[in-house]
Amino acid sequence: MAAFLGLFRRDLSLALRQGGDTGLVIGFFVLAVVLFPFGVGPEPEVLQRIGPGIIWVAALLAALLSLDRLFEADYRDGELDLLALSSLPLELAVLAKCAAHWVATGLPLTLTSPLLALLVDLDPGSIAILFASLLVGTPALSLIGSVAAALSLGARRQGVVLSLLVLPLYIPSLIFGAGAVEASGTGSGARAYMLILCAVTLAALAFCPWASAAALRQALE
Amino acid sequence: MINWLANPARFMRLSARAVPWCGWTAAVVLAIGLFWALVVAPPDYQQGDTVRIMYVHVPAAWMALSVYLFVAVASAVALVWRHPLAEVAGRAAAPVGAAFTFVCLATGSLWGRPMWGAWWVWDARLTSVLILFFLYLGYIALVNAFDDPSRGGRAGAVLALVGVVNLPIIKFSVDWWNTLHQPASVMRVGGPRIAVSMLAPLLIMAFGFALLFAVLLMLRMRTALNERKAMALRLNSGIAAAPRPERAQTVSAHTAVP
Amino acid sequence: MGDIGTFLAMGGYAGFVWSAYAIALAILGGLSVYSWRRYRDSIAALERLQQDLGRRR
Repeated sequence: MAAFLGLFRRDLSLALRQGGDTGLVIGFFVLAVVLFPFGVGPEPEVLQRIGPGIIWVAALLAALLSLDRLFEADYRDGELDLLALSSLPLELAVLAKCAAHWVATGLPLTLTSPLLALLVDLDPGSIAILFASLLVGTPALSLIGSVAAALSLGARRQGVVLSLLVLPLYIPSLIFGAGAVEASGTGSGARAYMLILCAVTLAALAFCPWASAAALRQALE
Repeated sequence: MINWLANPARFMRLSARAVPWCGWTAAVVLAIGLFWALVVAPPDYQQGDTVRIMYVHVPAAWMALSVYLFVAVASAVALVWRHPLAEVAGRAAAPVGAAFTFVCLATGSLWGRPMWGAWWVWDARLTSVLILFFLYLGYIALVNAFDDPSRGGRAGAVLALVGVVNLPIIKFSVDWWNTLHQPASVMRVGGPRIAVSMLAPLLIMAFGFALLFAVLLMLRMRTALNERKAMALRLNSGIAAAPRPERAQTVSAHTAVP
Repeated sequence: MGDIGTFLAMGGYAGFVWSAYAIALAILGGLSVYSWRRYRDSIAALERLQQDLGRRR
């Protein structure tokens, strides 16, 4: 337990000390959402209709930006080999890193989303659901992203390969996350979507550390 | 450490005979199948002549799924038992599977336009097959993304196994969800419920596609093994002062070769 | 069955049916040709290499 928390704190302080990562992610998130009214026109009805989808897709792409540094630095300086050999199971080490990654990227994205929801003219109920959906959904993004990051560790064009791998895997979270907000906007309940979104995140929690650890072991051979 | 030439040598001997046999059989079977599908088989009373698209679309779909299963099994064998041929087999099969998946999607779209009125719908079956296509592309990109090819092979193997969860989703999507795509007519409990006059060309085309896959798989595996052998020869002749070709026989599978 | 014109027309769906078969032929045929060519090239390269090495001894 102490090892788990130690790793979590270490990764988190590294991410926050560099600071640029969180800022970069939020900056991209805001810019991507702001671009859309320029592209599709500023009519409130149109923006309201596609707003949830825009915000969710932008969150996905922003989360993607910071994934390649999840294991890269530790892989380079041999820290990852030490982690694999330590008493902390590699699966838990992955979980600790994902948790730190989420606090440094997913959580700021979630906290920024209400502001962006105002830009696309969502009603207060939908804004609340958007916040909740991102809060539940972004951990899955970190977890699923860790699998792709572990698989593409050391690849020549890691950023591109990582994107190609991870975006199809993000689709379930996207469907149910954006769907929940849209359902709340049209008045039909968001409950079913939110429940399935929780299920996706829980499934990612169960499966991804194991898959990432397997991929990391292959990388370290 | 297995002497990697032991099993591959046997494979090269067997496939040298199997490739021409399978190749010509595939050509004949496909020719018969195409004639049957386009000329002999009757038009459907509802769908008219567009049903002939089924004779390419459905066999391609069956192959798309089967080849992915083949890649996944080869990946498991490569990871667990470190069989040197298994990795070669998986990498050789993936582009063929991707081709079948693309044909399935394209012919399906051309069938859907006159029948459903839409080139594409986001129903469960079509979406999960599209994801299968992306999985193939991701696998191919991943195995080629590393300077060390064995690292690429291992990473791809893990990805292939992670993506296996998509296969039952594709197969049962038409049962679990309310989809536009029609439910199973051939591979179902209770036997096929399709007219024999249509089932026959369908099975012939499917058999032809399977033979085509076998030929392409063996050709691509032989190519990969030849290329590895050539690289090993080049490496060894560069290193040894007096190049002795027989030294190449002892190069292990873990040498970095493309 | 009728004459060749009726056959080609495919009951009015000619564009769809023939395009589908054309795409299948192009993709699978193209992959086959490409795989065969690469195979032949690999054999030629290997033979050339083995000849060079034999000569160098």
